[in-house]
Amino acid sequence: MKRAWAIIERDLRRFRRSPMLIWMSLFMPLLQLVVLGYAFGGNVKHLKVGVVDQDGGVPAVKLHELANAVTANAATFTTIPFADRGQAIEALRNGRVNGVLTIPPGFSRRMLSGDDPRVALIEDNTDNFVSASLAGAFSGLLAAYNQPPPSTRRLSTQATLETVELYPYVPYIQYLLPGTIVMSIFMMVMIGGGIIFIDDKARGLHEGYLVTPVTRLELILGFNVSGAIKAMLSGVVLMTIGSVVAGIPDPLDPVRLLRLIVVVAVTAVALVSFMFLIMVRMEDPLLPRALFGVINTLLWFPSGAVYPQQAFPGWMRAIAVVDPFTYAVHAFKSLFLKNTGFAAIGFDLAYLLAFGLLTMIAATLLFRRTLS
Amino acid sequence: MSRPAIDVRAITKRFGAFTAVDAISFAVDDGEIFGLLGPNGAGKSTLIRMLTTLLLPTEGTALVDGHDIVAEPDEVRRAIGVIPQAMTSDLELSAYENLLIFAKLYGVPRERRKPLIAELLAAVELTQWADAPVKHLSGGMRRRVEIARGLVHEPTILFLDEPTTGLDPVSRTSVWEMLRKIKHERDLTVLLTTHYMDEADKLCDRIAIVDHGKLMALDSPMKLKANTPGENTLEVAFSDTPPDWKARLAALPAVERVEGEAPVFRIMSDSGPQTTMALMTAAAEAGVTIRSLAVESTSLDDVFVHFTGHQLRDALQEQPMSERRAITMRR
Repeated sequence: MKRAWAIIERDLRRFRRSPMLIWMSLFMPLLQLVVLGYAFGGNVKHLKVGVVDQDGGVPAVKLHELANAVTANAATFTTIPFADRGQAIEALRNGRVNGVLTIPPGFSRRMLSGDDPRVALIEDNTDNFVSASLAGAFSGLLAAYNQPPPSTRRLSTQATLETVELYPYVPYIQYLLPGTIVMSIFMMVMIGGGIIFIDDKARGLHEGYLVTPVTRLELILGFNVSGAIKAMLSGVVLMTIGSVVAGIPDPLDPVRLLRLIVVVAVTAVALVSFMFLIMVRMEDPLLPRALFGVINTLLWFPSGAVYPQQAFPGWMRAIAVVDPFTYAVHAFKSLFLKNTGFAAIGFDLAYLLAFGLLTMIAATLLFRRTLS
Repeated sequence: MSRPAIDVRAITKRFGAFTAVDAISFAVDDGEIFGLLGPNGAGKSTLIRMLTTLLLPTEGTALVDGHDIVAEPDEVRRAIGVIPQAMTSDLELSAYENLLIFAKLYGVPRERRKPLIAELLAAVELTQWADAPVKHLSGGMRRRVEIARGLVHEPTILFLDEPTTGLDPVSRTSVWEMLRKIKHERDLTVLLTTHYMDEADKLCDRIAIVDHGKLMALDSPMKLKANTPGENTLEVAFSDTPPDWKARLAALPAVERVEGEAPVFRIMSDSGPQTTMALMTAAAEAGVTIRSLAVESTSLDDVFVHFTGHQLRDALQEQPMSERRAITMRR
């Protein structure tokens, strides 16, 4: 087993001499965290809504005022008055406004006589996020408009829903952080482990150590341990910087950090063994580069890193069940967002360890001690 | 005489339908520098890879330092140092680190490592470059790092696959000198492959000519040349040659064949001195001026042509595609 240390030492010494590799594999996931986190996380704002008031009565003006209040405060939308409905629709079609609110003639009369008054919101529904935001904003606005004077109390027989939030509000960037850490571990495993391994093979470097008395198990163990150390380094750095950047409360809590490091280590072992299983018979140096994107897509998105798994179709949930990313992401989420202990992530750790062990055994069995 | 350092017994390697090495047998004595000479694709690298336990033979076997390459690969690995064809040093690491890692892979005891590495780096004249990353060293220096690395566990047999391919002439000469010196100092047996005639000629005690996976000839360079018909080649440039001059040259004593057109002719002769003397007289009588005259001994090139039926440089270009692919696959 002593020779495995020589393999590890060789790998880590080489790693230390490749600062570019270190920086890129740390910087890339961090960049992704920040860009994706802010790209998806924010509320939709500053939408343009054309308003066609065909009524002009006092209740209609009151509706205008409420809309202006939204513009001034939440800034979800700004209103642009249109004299003519046709013009407003034309503006909607060519994208100058995101929606058109029409107050039909007779709105005020119907309002005052209690005769089912209606306003219409015409939406550009090609963008789901925008139309959902607009519909939400206007439902709220109309609810406020309809609110009875404060003196009347609601009937005690009416059931209402009260939502109790267990944890503080989680912005999207925090939701994304666990998946990003797993990705940084995977990137280091692929770039710093897999691609270098295959490139060495293509250059014939492996012939150098295959003529020494090193055993197959020592080689696999050496590659796996050094790969796991590199991946851990990447994971720990991203976990620390990332939780500060994402604004996780009390990011440097030592107990949580220790628990996180355990998860990083177990994830690194699982992913490194998995990667070597894929690489063990590979010869072509282009293949791991091509596979990197495929594997990343196939494992990262179903893992629940970016969107809840409950929304996925059956086949994607089936991938998620065996996907090691799923368990790593779940473990990180529990620790980051809920600050749970090991009890909540015991199964995740067990799965990752078993996955790592099985893939490593398979890789060792498939590893060729000779050239063909 | 004791057992040979390397004893190859009817070894064969097939890749699918392609036979890369075809039932080759030979023995390398202790202390020899033994060369496998042949064009790319002749099967030299496949043969050396089998002898160094990188490939399993399809049939036959070999004993290296008395150990069977199939049954006792680990014993073989401990006994041999291997310098593969590809430059296999880790470029990011220094020469010292490259040697250190391999000393550890070979299980060289801790207290022995440092002095041994220092000694080896001195032997390949790289002491002052010990701490420079290998990527900053020239091709010849890298080759020397690898030679030192191959010796880090003090093997008795050294295998080198095309040790000077890709090196400039000066680096090649220095690698040869270094190999000769190290071989004597360390009492090594050396087996190398090459497709350079001069390398085989100047460096090797004995040469095995390999072509299309078969052993075509095996002897010392001197004896191989002696067994090749035609002792000398005369290259002569004349002026004012009469029309029947070529025929007159062919009629000179000991001449086997005449090639070329006026004014330059190549005369193959069984006796250089005899033909030269006669040529002088004939030229003086015919009033022909000899502008230049060179008498050369038979070269290994001629030997190669004699035993394989084609020029080495032709073989380099005439490799069939399927064979080339097989070579790439084996790398």
